[in-house]
Amino acid sequence: MKKILTTPIRDEDLESLNIGDVVYLTGTLVTCRDVAHRRLIEQGRELPVPLKGGAIFHAGPIVRQKDDGEYEMVSIGPTTSMRMEKFEKAFIEQTGVKLIVGKGGMGPETQQGCLENKAVHAIFPGGCAVLAATQVEKIEAAEWTDLGMPETLWVNRVKEFGPLIISIDTKGQNLIEENKAVFNEKKKPILERINQQVRFIK
Amino acid sequence: MDKATAVADLTDLLAKFTAHIGKRLPTDVTQKLGELREKEVNFLAKEVYESMRQNQEAADKLDRPSCQDTGVIQYFLQAGAQFPLLGELEEILQGATAGATRMGPLRHNAVETFEEKNTGTNTGSKIPWLDWEIVPNDDSVTIDVYMAGGGCTLPGKATVLMPGQGYEGVAEFVFDVITSRGVNACPPLLVGVGVSTSAETAARLSKKAILRPVTSRNPNDKAALMEELLADGLNELGLGPQGLTGNHSVMGVNIESSARHPSTIGVAVSTGCWAHRRGRIKINADLTHEVISHEGFQS
Repeated sequence: MKKILTTPIRDEDLESLNIGDVVYLTGTLVTCRDVAHRRLIEQGRELPVPLKGGAIFHAGPIVRQKDDGEYEMVSIGPTTSMRMEKFEKAFIEQTGVKLIVGKGGMGPETQQGCLENKAVHAIFPGGCAVLAATQVEKIEAAEWTDLGMPETLWVNRVKEFGPLIISIDTKGQNLIEENKAVFNEKKKPILERINQQVRFIK
Repeated sequence: MDKATAVADLTDLLAKFTAHIGKRLPTDVTQKLGELREKEVNFLAKEVYESMRQNQEAADKLDRPSCQDTGVIQYFLQAGAQFPLLGELEEILQGATAGATRMGPLRHNAVETFEEKNTGTNTGSKIPWLDWEIVPNDDSVTIDVYMAGGGCTLPGKATVLMPGQGYEGVAEFVFDVITSRGVNACPPLLVGVGVSTSAETAARLSKKAILRPVTSRNPNDKAALMEELLADGLNELGLGPQGLTGNHSVMGVNIESSARHPSTIGVAVSTGCWAHRRGRIKINADLTHEVISHEGFQS
């Protein structure tokens, strides 16, 4: 059975989740990436969308404005979450956001933020942007449109949005960091073997 | 046909082709992803491959760019010296990029450096990026379109090694780039390696390497051996799709090289994500065309 999170998300909805679990989201999902993080954390500007109990998506979509002025979500996949590492811990503390969706892992600061504030980071499969767009029912608002199409805060109503793979859980476990440690451990013996065979300079 | 009409027709054709590249993967990539998907057993890896399959199907059906990051548009030209519109190609490709941006629609990805303003057209200073090779005694042009997305551009790296570090240093450099930054670039990756004389020559060749088909083999036996060793070795790391672990890390490793200074080994890595959006089209002197990378393109 699908595990579905619904906004507003409560601490108890997240406490039983572990890294590697797959969940889906129903409710409101707001795109929020580089400049929006910078404006809140560095410039102290108030976000135009309340995020307490909410969910953000590290994503810069392709959006089409229809003749009646309504927006249509064309293509919306995750962007590299690590770019927001510098700001995310403070962002979680200040906004009360509960679910951060993106691509790839995030670092120790975000891990700490998730642990202290009962939040999670999840991976949506990168490059699967039309699949994601078909799970957006409606774009309810667009804020900070001065930032251009990729950086605007698009407020999306989503239904069973996913798969979302939990990569940082509320206990502070970090799936991608654990995987990376394994990759790095394997690297040395593989390279030693390759290096035996590529001594072309004699 | 007068020249103005010819320019307009070719601009329109290349705009349609560029927009098409954002929606359908090239035949070699689709085949390779199908093979890798069959070989996966890990639960999360299978889940991600299933999302990838559903996504390409939806992009096809809804006629939309399959990934929202349609990149900075780059064109790599092998232009015959006698191609009748040689002098007009730059203008044609700028028009094609602007046209594809409206048709796709493509995301606006050209930000003027220092001005820090998005141009909104995907054209700007030296963008689309053009890479030229002139072919003597030829009257056609073969164009590779590449959509350089942010995620798979970020791992790009070049350096110059000392000869003492040898090809062993090249292998280590490739592994370091892929384990540190490849995870975020949407694996399984196509890894391009340039081995050359300096940083910029190696970097250019590493990008040319990912324009080659995923299953292609370098004609030099030692380079081909190194391609195979690196691909097998990177697969053994087991990055899996999206770095969630699995049986494969890469779709392939392609190496391109040049002669070099005896005191230097320039080496560079460029990566293509699983949604490796590139296309190759040949335009003949009479402006008829032949699509090499994709099946079913309708102009």
